[in-house]
Amino acid sequence: VENVRLLDRLSSRRAVVGTLYLTATHVIFVENGSETRKETWVLHSQISSIEKQATTATGCPLLIRCKNFQVIQLVIPQERDCHDVYISLIRLARPVKYEELYCFSFNPKLDKEEREQGWKLVDLNEEYNRMGVPNNYWQISDVNRDYGVCDSYPTEVYVPKSATAHIIVGSSKFRSRRRFPALSYYCKGNNASICRSSQPLSGFSARCLEDEQMLQAIRKANPGSDFIYVVDTRPKLNAMANRAAGKGYENEDNYSNIKFQFIGIENIHVMRNSLQKMLEVCELKSPSMSDFLWGLENSGWLKHIKAIMDAGIFIAKAVAEEGVSVLVHCSDGWDRTAQVCSVASLLLDPYYRTMKGFMVLIEKDWVSFGHKFNHRYGNLDGDPKEISPVIDQFIECVWQLMEQFPCAFEFNERFLIHIQHHIYSCQFGNFLCNSQKERRELKIKERTYSLWAHLWKNRADYLNPLYRSDHSQSQGTLHPQIAPCNFLYKFWSGMYNRFEKGLHPRQSVTDYLMAVKEETQQLEEELEVLQERLANLQKSQSGNNKVKSKQQDRSKQFGLYTSNNSLANTPQEYSNDLKSFPSRSPSQGDEDSALILTQDNLKSSDPDLSANSDQESGVEDLSCRSPSGGGCLPSEDSGKDSDEAVFLAG
Amino acid sequence: MEFAELIKTPRADNVVLHCPFHLAVEGTLCLTGHHLIFSSRRHDNAEELWLLHSNIDSIDKRFVGSLGTIVIKCKDLRIIQLDIPGMEECLNIASSIEALSTLDSVTLMYPFFYRPMFEVLEDGWSSFLLEQEFELLSSVTNEWRLSCVNKEFSVCPSYPPVVIVPKSVDDEALRKVALFRHGGRFPVLSYYHKKNGMVMMRSSQPLTGTNGRRCKEDEKLVNATLRSGRRGFVIDTRPLNVAQQARAKGGGFEQEVHYPQWRRIHKYIERFNILQESFIKLVEACNDQSHNMDRWLSKLEASNWLTHIKELLTAACLAAQCIDRESASVLVHGSEGTDSTLQVTSLAQIILDPRCRTIRGFEALIVREWLQAGHPFQQRCAQSAYSNSKQKWEAPVFLLFLECVWQIHRQFPCSFEFNEQFLIMLFEHAYASQFGTFLGNNENERAKLKLPQKTMSLWSWVNRPEELSRFQNPLYEANSLVIWPSVAPQSLQLWEGVFLRWNRPSKFLEEAEKERINIIKYNKELQARVNALRRRLAELEVVEVPGEH
Repeated sequence: VENVRLLDRLSSRRAVVGTLYLTATHVIFVENGSETRKETWVLHSQISSIEKQATTATGCPLLIRCKNFQVIQLVIPQERDCHDVYISLIRLARPVKYEELYCFSFNPKLDKEEREQGWKLVDLNEEYNRMGVPNNYWQISDVNRDYGVCDSYPTEVYVPKSATAHIIVGSSKFRSRRRFPALSYYCKGNNASICRSSQPLSGFSARCLEDEQMLQAIRKANPGSDFIYVVDTRPKLNAMANRAAGKGYENEDNYSNIKFQFIGIENIHVMRNSLQKMLEVCELKSPSMSDFLWGLENSGWLKHIKAIMDAGIFIAKAVAEEGVSVLVHCSDGWDRTAQVCSVASLLLDPYYRTMKGFMVLIEKDWVSFGHKFNHRYGNLDGDPKEISPVIDQFIECVWQLMEQFPCAFEFNERFLIHIQHHIYSCQFGNFLCNSQKERRELKIKERTYSLWAHLWKNRADYLNPLYRSDHSQSQGTLHPQIAPCNFLYKFWSGMYNRFEKGLHPRQSVTDYLMAVKEETQQLEEELEVLQERLANLQKSQSGNNKVKSKQQDRSKQFGLYTSNNSLANTPQEYSNDLKSFPSRSPSQGDEDSALILTQDNLKSSDPDLSANSDQESGVEDLSCRSPSGGGCLPSEDSGKDSDEAVFLAG
Repeated sequence: MEFAELIKTPRADNVVLHCPFHLAVEGTLCLTGHHLIFSSRRHDNAEELWLLHSNIDSIDKRFVGSLGTIVIKCKDLRIIQLDIPGMEECLNIASSIEALSTLDSVTLMYPFFYRPMFEVLEDGWSSFLLEQEFELLSSVTNEWRLSCVNKEFSVCPSYPPVVIVPKSVDDEALRKVALFRHGGRFPVLSYYHKKNGMVMMRSSQPLTGTNGRRCKEDEKLVNATLRSGRRGFVIDTRPLNVAQQARAKGGGFEQEVHYPQWRRIHKYIERFNILQESFIKLVEACNDQSHNMDRWLSKLEASNWLTHIKELLTAACLAAQCIDRESASVLVHGSEGTDSTLQVTSLAQIILDPRCRTIRGFEALIVREWLQAGHPFQQRCAQSAYSNSKQKWEAPVFLLFLECVWQIHRQFPCSFEFNEQFLIMLFEHAYASQFGTFLGNNENERAKLKLPQKTMSLWSWVNRPEELSRFQNPLYEANSLVIWPSVAPQSLQLWEGVFLRWNRPSKFLEEAEKERINIIKYNKELQARVNALRRRLAELEVVEVPGEH
């Protein structure tokens, strides 16, 4: 479709005209006119909703909201075209079969071996060994070999040594969806562990001997402690309501030596609505400070984030400080339980705060234990009530921790944002389906690529320059402040206003420091070369060697200066996405690498950047609302015009 | 010495000090004329706390049996608690602190008694003279002159003795204009934008009154700043209705008929008691110990503090935009021209002028646009957020300015030579200090108090190399461009470094800062070593060359 206008969300005056293309996998908008012909690419799987608004004199507006929080506003001249685009997108954004998803057609031109290597990067067996199991207390159980006991669990599950197959199966029958208690994290230092399960089918009075034995077995696996905590992550009221349906929670009287604890995290429906409300606030056109703060509070989002953090902190404290094992569950044990277990693990074990460890953590607590990625993130067309930002909340918890402990994580904010992006993009097979069983049936590993390998390959872009493995923050357990701490939880504009570059700091400390570190490394190398030369020179006089290395030095020197200059004068080039894939510039070659770039939103963020960047000032305009739109100087008229409109209105 | 009369109990033992995030410490409390000193001999390293009485904003005392507790709330927002055994001692100490922290004579303040322990390398009192500023200006334009019309502070009591005005306007005209402007604050040069020769002027409101009085000299002065055929903007920091109401009291605004080349823009900035209330509410919210997330956000919202920040930044951006993008000159004023006017003119300079983002340049900006421009520091900073007294002159005007600088700093972390600590230090010293810099309400008062002769300047201390190193931003790379901050709510944050400074654990953040410094330091070291080696090699190679051929 031609002559489509792409509107800037913050200023209706600033629109670009271009052509809209629909492909099997993407919506592509190519800008007319400008030499660069900027392109915006959006994956169909990222589309969360499409809204056709009332036709105006200028055309028919189409609003596309994406799951990575991008909002695209198009105006299509002909109503009929708009309708066609609308209908096609609705169909394309809601695939019904897994095979339609992008990961099955995505081909980064890696050979079979590389693909297999990629899938091997994260190995859970290795991870459990690292934790220290199997050992005297824990063993691997093959009871779920063919998913015979629980179809949403992995085949290999760690259970206490004293839990026989009989106990496990018995316990599983007493648990929602047969999700019996299994090991999530084992603390080598003191034998305390975090186990996870679903709610017991206790109703008002039901008991299950095997389930009681199972919990007993977990306690015995930690000889240093004479009780375990059972943490129900639901609000008490919700748990009680479940009793009427024959489910519920553990009765302390029936289980010996448990301490039962509710930690009220709301359910997926509350969370979905909360996010919805917060996004509405983010989408407001030039909100006042009160609109924004009031809307943020009203959404309840940060309150929910804090509830999840509090639960994680409670568990980490029980394990690390009290040396007590914890069994965590919610209803089915695949949403809140996954959030809480992974937050606790992250606090407890510095390994999970490394890049590799974080991949392992998601693989362990989310992927292998049957978090329903397909349902929660709406990869295939399904029940909209199943959709909920469960892992988004976990990712935000990590960011909140990064803000409080700036040196504790090996990775940076960009790493989190890109993981969030790919959970929805379906470009890699990692997060497909609802369980390991489904993924095996689909032969995901043979037919798609692993995100972890992709991120690992580009790990230089995701490093936190402040991280040192020998730093005190990267050792041991993290202890976030408990009270008063409300103000520690902050709105994450880097995520939820991710595509509005104008709102973010114009100079990135992370990128700056990474550039300095890179330079430092070059200097170290050069120093070595120089020292060697000096030694050589002092020893003898060999001419050839000298000329060669001299040239080498010059080229290095040149590289240093250019990097410094760009830092000083054009800070906007340091805003996230342009820098995010420096190692994969399109010039590197084949079509596919260009395609990858677009998937990662380099392209889609491009117009944003170019529209705001202003070589003359070197910075973007006043919250994107300045009169002097593009790179050119403002005309007297438009300038004056907007002065009133913009500043007087405010 | 009369202080002795105020100190009934100069010393108390077995006092327990409670500070947030620190274990309670037992020790000895001493009161001197200007300090509260707490020292403990626990461990090997004796801990000492020195608190200026003038830093104390309010104190509360309560008793449980004979154990008295004094809660001291400081102007830098810190709260400490002292448990003092013995009712009489406690009462004595409380009343002494109360008296010593509310001395009403300026000449009794600590700066008049303070004897520096450091060698003065450069006298801060003469570090930033307007004459130097004018010299710089003269190198780019000759349309301006230094006027000594206010030499005896007779034309405008709140202006400095020398000001920069258009060359074409003589002193006689200035005297007439002064009569037409509130408090005699006639329009003077605030900033000259080298890029396009546009200027920013500041003044107070014109005294048009209800019958629309005009002053030809005023019109001439204001128009003298315009290029022929160009228009200018008057940025009035009051809403239109307030400006209109001001006419009834003899004030007013520039009317179109008399100033046809000027367009007036009303950009409302809150003032005085509204700001003070907002400040108090915000600090209350930050000190709230409850665990409820919702209440925190609604309290933050209800304080309106961030709204004031947003409005102030927007006004400053507008002024900067008029100058840089519209190529128009700007005149800024509100009513008196001593508060919101200065906030706008100084912030606009931060945005426009790279020099103001250096340490030296920022100090010069504060001297020029705040101290010399007659911001009444002594009135505004007499009390902070914990004061119970409802005096109407206090307002966190300067703090708001510092916070706006911080907000811009946060968005451009590599463009400022100074760091957050520098801004916090200025906040502290504006409210309580051993230096005389922020005493008095204007240059006139400072001259009468003989501050330059009798007290030490803050700049004499800050600009010593060992102090400066604490305030340097390791990430600084000179950025010669205009920096346009975002004023969207998503881009503005609470200034935790001031408001949560005593309520949050700072260890991890400090470690991060240390790490940043180390990364840069190591890089610089390597650079130096590589360069040294290169030079050495080059020398050796020169010697070698003849041998080669």
